[in-house]
Amino acid sequence: MNSPLNISRRTFIKATALAVGGLVIAFSIPNAKRFLLPGISDANASEEASKLPTPNAFLRVGTDNTITVMLAHSEMGQSIWTTLPMLIAEELDADWSKIKVMHAPAAPEYIHTAYGIQITGGSSTTWSEFDRYRQAGALTRALLVNAAAKKLGVAAESIKTENGFAISGDKKISYGDLAEAAAKLETPKAVTLKEPKDWKIIGKATKRLDGPEKINGTAIFGQDVHFDGLMTAMVARSPVFGGSVKSFDASAAKKIKGVHQVVQVPTGVAVIADNYWAAKQGRDALKVEWNLGPNAGLDSKALVSEYRKMAATQGLPAAKAGDIKTAASKATKIIEAEYVLPYLAHSPMEPLNCSVRISQDSCEIWTGTQMQGTDQQAAAKILGLKPEQVKIHTLFLGGGFGRRANPAADFVSEAVQVAKAAGVPVKTVWSREDDVKGGYYRPMYLHQAKIAVDAKGLPVAWEHTAVGQSIMLGTPFEAFQIKDGVDATSVEGVADSPYIKGTPNHLVSLHTPKTGVPVLWWRSVGHSHSAFVMESLVDELAHAAGKDSLEYRRALLNDHPRHLATLNLAAEKASWGKPLPKGVFRGIAVHESFGSFVTQVAEVSVNKGEVKVHRMVCAIDCGLSVNPDSLKAQMESCISFGLGAAMQSEITFKDGMVEQSNFHDYKVMRMADMPKVEVYIVQNTEKMGGVGEPGLPPVAPAVTNAVFAATGKRIRTLPIGNQLA
Amino acid sequence: MITLNINGKDVQLDAPDDMPILWALRDVVHLTGTKFGCGMAQCGACTVHLDGQAIRSCVTPVTAAVGKKITTIEHMQNDKVGQAVQAAWSAVDVVQCGYCQSGQIMAATALLTSNKKPTDDDIDAAMSGNICRCGTYPRIRAAIHEAANKLA
Repeated sequence: MNSPLNISRRTFIKATALAVGGLVIAFSIPNAKRFLLPGISDANASEEASKLPTPNAFLRVGTDNTITVMLAHSEMGQSIWTTLPMLIAEELDADWSKIKVMHAPAAPEYIHTAYGIQITGGSSTTWSEFDRYRQAGALTRALLVNAAAKKLGVAAESIKTENGFAISGDKKISYGDLAEAAAKLETPKAVTLKEPKDWKIIGKATKRLDGPEKINGTAIFGQDVHFDGLMTAMVARSPVFGGSVKSFDASAAKKIKGVHQVVQVPTGVAVIADNYWAAKQGRDALKVEWNLGPNAGLDSKALVSEYRKMAATQGLPAAKAGDIKTAASKATKIIEAEYVLPYLAHSPMEPLNCSVRISQDSCEIWTGTQMQGTDQQAAAKILGLKPEQVKIHTLFLGGGFGRRANPAADFVSEAVQVAKAAGVPVKTVWSREDDVKGGYYRPMYLHQAKIAVDAKGLPVAWEHTAVGQSIMLGTPFEAFQIKDGVDATSVEGVADSPYIKGTPNHLVSLHTPKTGVPVLWWRSVGHSHSAFVMESLVDELAHAAGKDSLEYRRALLNDHPRHLATLNLAAEKASWGKPLPKGVFRGIAVHESFGSFVTQVAEVSVNKGEVKVHRMVCAIDCGLSVNPDSLKAQMESCISFGLGAAMQSEITFKDGMVEQSNFHDYKVMRMADMPKVEVYIVQNTEKMGGVGEPGLPPVAPAVTNAVFAATGKRIRTLPIGNQLA
Repeated sequence: MITLNINGKDVQLDAPDDMPILWALRDVVHLTGTKFGCGMAQCGACTVHLDGQAIRSCVTPVTAAVGKKITTIEHMQNDKVGQAVQAAWSAVDVVQCGYCQSGQIMAATALLTSNKKPTDDDIDAAMSGNICRCGTYPRIRAAIHEAANKLA
């Protein structure tokens, strides 16, 4: 009962198949794409996800009054460790000080309610779990109330609950004292959730539950896993993507004290040692000859030229209306522009790592992962086990940003291969250099647009061509995300842009080249490039029309109240149009992503070619905000992440190899460059959206639009770097 | 064998002379609060105090610590300034993923030990070697000011 590490899921409350009923919910879940990955998990996964939750899969009531919440999602900084327990505690009327939290194992109960696989991503956790976690809390409360009623010989309706107690008249029984009796009762067939007006926890700024252990050094990340017999491995990988081992000489490596084995694995050569230092020295001493393969000539400059050539021709259509040619021929003015964005590494602070212990009929994995579902499948396949024989222990993630959710399960698969080849438990650790050079980047993108405007300066024809790799191609998501050759995530924010949809004649087309560079979703996915392009283009149109950037957007977004609400709020808080200190200029950008709407106003000065961002004002509409303080933290986080990328980050290739290696040349945001950030929340009862990513897309264009205001120079290539020098 | 003074205790450990303090702490003594982030003094996740000075333990060999005192995040609860910094971190709810925060707290504690009332520029200078990919910088800045006020 009070042993949360026991993951047998049906010991506390007997679950029966339940029908959803009697729910009183004022906030709806957006119509997420529901899909089930082929070959993933069991056939009734979507059915699992839609029925009332098994409460004991999500929480345990201990006889010591603790409430242990099991997280179906991974804590990687976004504060889900606090937000999901808030949902349970609200309905359970729990004593917040008694809440304990742990990551759930990989199991069908924890499949994402919308995505059909156990995953943390898409800024979806809070809205996708809003019902399930509240229901789990309400079902458990009902059981505890019924147990109290039985014990006191009163009607269940006469019992109130408050702060971890069932109360009838002057009698109070703690949840802990009711837990064993409640475990023997039948789970109710339906529950009524609280009305929003009765919420005491949801909507209140709440401190993080993982704060204390992350402040005193006791929080355990994947990197911190240790048990007797666990070795450390480092893998030498091909310097060019797609290369393979021709031969290797391990004699010098094996002479390093602490090195035990050198084994070949599909991704390279692994050095297995007592500790990281020995493994690293062993790997440094290793001599490997590589077959560099077909990508040995990869060169970023050449790749941009190739993309440019492709953009000169029409790609596969992603959105189409009217007749662009006829409309363009009648236009007052044509505005043409090309935008280029680089490959980007996620570079979470915790370098990738994964510990694996294999026995005859099972495998245990300790890691920080966003995608237990595919990791479990991949490990099982390598070892010839069933998925349920692979037990995944999710530790705190030292950042994710998408890198730890890989459909290819790269770092987990490799670690399983290493442990299998070595025959001992092994933690495979990546160095920072391995991380920066290791691929699975945000893909490089080139966009070209040709926009015809009328006499009022409004767009009448918009031709837009995007060129960039697909992150979905070759993954289990391909069937759902790629339609008629167009990866929806490659053109999100363009094909569905209100600016383009509002232009009567438009054609968005896409080229999807293959380069051999492994690519992946990077915080805000396609919006990470599309918002920069769209919000810069609209700024170009406003300037060409001689209109104010804010007014011009207001005109184009007249029928988009949620965009408008954030535009107006941010503009008001930033005192748009009012004087600024000498040399400081404003830029604005608005973008919808992951069901949320965000406007940012950047205040920027440019001195001797150097851009300084002084202040970022951010307004967000994400519908209901469960924890307004963690929402603000996510906006601050998105702004920092987005600014680093806009100003300095890029991965480039020469002779097939990545030119960057560590934080000295893969530059990210640092304290001295961080502006003052203000976050304002649009209060409403609209559909809930996400918050982990939507704050990022407007960052770069808000800044570069301000740079244009300051200098008259339009930044069309990121990062800004030294373009103004 | 080498003898190091870690958090006030002499510890004998089997570590080669060139092993960075970081790996001696993490892999030999199993004090894992100090984090590995870059291995070349670029990110500050590995920050510890050597005789009270903030150092990057990923590039400092164990031999450099002989006869000196190493202090890590695990000991901050016993340090007056460290306590104030940790309390401020909690009051401002600074952390997100948390991985860099040991290093941030060690750097902030060293700053406040030598500079009781740091300005924003002082904070920039002292803290820009500590990367946080989650972007907790505004809250770190606020927490350092808060701790300075509490210590004053």
